[in-house]
Amino acid sequence: MNELIVIFLSMALINNIILVRYLGLCPFLGVSRELKPAFSMGMAVTFVMFVASLSTWVINHYILIPFDIQYMFIIVFILVIASLVQVIELFIKKTNFSLYSAFGIYLPLITTNCAVLGVTIINMMESYTLLGSLVSALGSGLGFTLVMTMMAGIREKLELADAPRSMKGAPIALITATLLGLAFFGFSGIV
Amino acid sequence: MSTSKKEFVKGLITTNPVFVLLLGLCPALAVSTSIDNALGMTLAVFIVLLGANVIIAAIRGIVPSITRIPIFIVIIATLVTLVNLLFNAFLPDLHATLGIYLPLVVVNCIVLGRAEAFASKNPMVRSIADALGMTVGFMIAMLMISFIRQMLGTGEMSVFGFHIFSLPVLIDSPMAIFILPPGGFLIMGLLLALLRWKGVLKL
Repeated sequence: MNELIVIFLSMALINNIILVRYLGLCPFLGVSRELKPAFSMGMAVTFVMFVASLSTWVINHYILIPFDIQYMFIIVFILVIASLVQVIELFIKKTNFSLYSAFGIYLPLITTNCAVLGVTIINMMESYTLLGSLVSALGSGLGFTLVMTMMAGIREKLELADAPRSMKGAPIALITATLLGLAFFGFSGIV
Repeated sequence: MSTSKKEFVKGLITTNPVFVLLLGLCPALAVSTSIDNALGMTLAVFIVLLGANVIIAAIRGIVPSITRIPIFIVIIATLVTLVNLLFNAFLPDLHATLGIYLPLVVVNCIVLGRAEAFASKNPMVRSIADALGMTVGFMIAMLMISFIRQMLGTGEMSVFGFHIFSLPVLIDSPMAIFILPPGGFLIMGLLLALLRWKGVLKL
């Protein structure tokens, strides 16, 4: 139990997927302009990460390792994630249209989101157990959502700030990320 | 031939993948802590990008447009697997420092972006020129970021074990923040602002 808490905290806060591992920067800079879409995107990523970690763990332990073809992991993982995203998109489009209109549009973007593939590769490299992988996926996803929403909240105000012309847009967002990253360093004392 | 030259030059500044298109930021920030790592990552991106552009330009006539993205992803993933194994065999130290960022070249937006936007619509020679230009543009960005980060973060400059220079005060008390994650965001933000201010990049 203790180990799972450590995994969760380390993935969510200490090794935050955006601020420390630099994964998922494209949505971080692209989608984090308003609060609501940023939160929906975060939730969609968390969900996909969870399902992707579950399926890649099963595939890794019951197909890749027994047949000794672990070097195929890159091709297998990316295909699993891509098809998974397609299936989830079709499924929620049919069953729950309001959910689909809330975060369905972000699903295609998630296929090539390095955060999702990154988490599955980290789970494999750290050789987490099934439960550990799921907790790590949940932690990373919630950490991603946390930073996305914080950043969106700041950027809504930042749009009105009187920044120099050449700093507007991406540069000032990156410098804000620096300050957020420094703040997140405070978490490294937790574990 | 002049069009190929144009495709090469545009990747350097006007459509520089990192600074203008803001693609491939993950590796640009994650492994730019030293010049060695930056060059290693550039080599990996170069092999994958060139291979992907050549293969995709060659098969662009026979790929049905509805299934093109999965096909591109499989081609890119195959190339990344090859690079991953090659680095593991011949450059084990570099393979260890690049860690998860080497397999993640497969989702690097530069590679899929160029495959989709350029190589799937253009003939072979121009696609090769595009891949070379994008790689050099990526290398320029990586070298600029990693030069500043390594110099301030460690206080000395050495490339592949050759010592070049060390800064008088920083060598004793380096500003370690620059090789830590927040430093990458800071350097990237300031560099982007500087290039825009100087008019190198259009606003």
